[in-house]
Amino acid sequence: MSKDWPLWEIFIRGQHGLNHRHVGSLHAPDAEMAMNHARDVYTRRKEGVSIWVVKSVDITASSPSEKGPLFDPAESKTYRHPTFYDIPDEVGHM
Amino acid sequence: MYGQELGATQRDGIEAGTEELEAAFQARIDNNERIEPKDWMPEHYRKTLIRMMGQHAHSEIVGQLPEGNWITRAPTLERKQILLAKVQDEAGHGLYLYSAAETLGVTRDDLTEQLLSGKMKYSSIFNYPTLNWADIGAVGWLVDGAAIMNQVPLQRTSYGPYSRAMIRICKEESFHQRQGFDIMRKMANGTPEQREMAQDALNRFWYPSLMMFGPSDKESVHSDQSMKWRIKINTNDELRQKFVDQTVPQAEFLGLSVPDDKLAWNEEKGGYDFSEPDWNEFFQVIKGNGPCNEERIEARRKAWDDGAWFRDALTAHAEKQAQRRGEGVLQAAE
Ligand SMILES: [Fe+2]
Ligand SMILES: [Fe+2]
Repeated sequence: MSKDWPLWEIFIRGQHGLNHRHVGSLHAPDAEMAMNHARDVYTRRKEGVSIWVVKSVDITASSPSEKGPLFDPAESKTYRHPTFYDIPDEVGHM
Repeated sequence: MYGQELGATQRDGIEAGTEELEAAFQARIDNNERIEPKDWMPEHYRKTLIRMMGQHAHSEIVGQLPEGNWITRAPTLERKQILLAKVQDEAGHGLYLYSAAETLGVTRDDLTEQLLSGKMKYSSIFNYPTLNWADIGAVGWLVDGAAIMNQVPLQRTSYGPYSRAMIRICKEESFHQRQGFDIMRKMANGTPEQREMAQDALNRFWYPSLMMFGPSDKESVHSDQSMKWRIKINTNDELRQKFVDQTVPQAEFLGLSVPDDKLAWNEEKGGYDFSEPDWNEFFQVIKGNGPCNEERIEARRKAWDDGAWFRDALTAHAEKQAQRRGEGVLQAAE
């Protein structure tokens, strides 16, 4: 065997107009074949209405060691949530 | 269990300074967190998972062979479509699991080579032949049934990619068992000859199915560490017991008898007492001396070798196209 086919990440949009979601990965020589394989592997039971295929090497991922600096700052900013605010019952739904 | 928990490596020596990391790692697992590919993990965890997932993936792929054997001879067009769909699902299961294993730094081609060279194993069950159509019923009902029993708890396993693969697989798996049971039902209610075939298939597949859960807990050496790491959830004997308890009433419903004189309901334990499979046979099959070991590996090797020119041709075509586009960006958006 001369060369491994590159790895692709597969994203699928489900029936109801939601975002594309990552569903898994597969090997394929090019985008067209990746699309064919994705259809065969991930949509055999009408799981989706649209497919994206992206070469895995083209994805930049945050590293676990950055988890603190990246996500901890949000922890103290509870005022970003509606539940932070007291709305008197008399005001009704807001 | 498709890995049957064999051939584990010994615990790696603890590298200097990793003790703290290991403690933190174990704490995450105890806390029910998922371990993801880029997270730190003990080398032995990584190796054990590669072995487990690799064996599981190989089992899905090799498992296509005994059923594929009957696709062209299915009794009706509908049965043929169903069996094709089922076998195609198994190919997908192999892919999900190879992909999950690849996140740990092995390539699928490495794993394939290790299967072909005999370095890696697959489930012993697929070394038994499918002699007639009733066997296809028995395989779906019993073999997929046993697989489900093992895979359902593994959805909660600690390694994220493995857990997600299991969730996807479990969604597809129950149709496999039902179609097998449906075949058995049809035959068990058919002519006397058909009923005999169904009984014969059950006779031959019963003990090999019990073997799928791996050796008895008394002999299963490395369960402890795997359970601590939550890459094994139940013991082999627990799952085997569950399988028997679930399957015996189904056999009764079919009017077929389980080939075990010692089978008896045990009120006290709330489960059946049953005979263990012949473990000597099991170890022989694992060693390569089962009825179909050579045939299975030969079929895989032939598929791999005969497909080489095609894989290479697709690569060459992709490279040529990319060159023509001036190494253009591959487009994926809608
Ligand atoms: Fe499967
Ligand atoms: Fe299956």
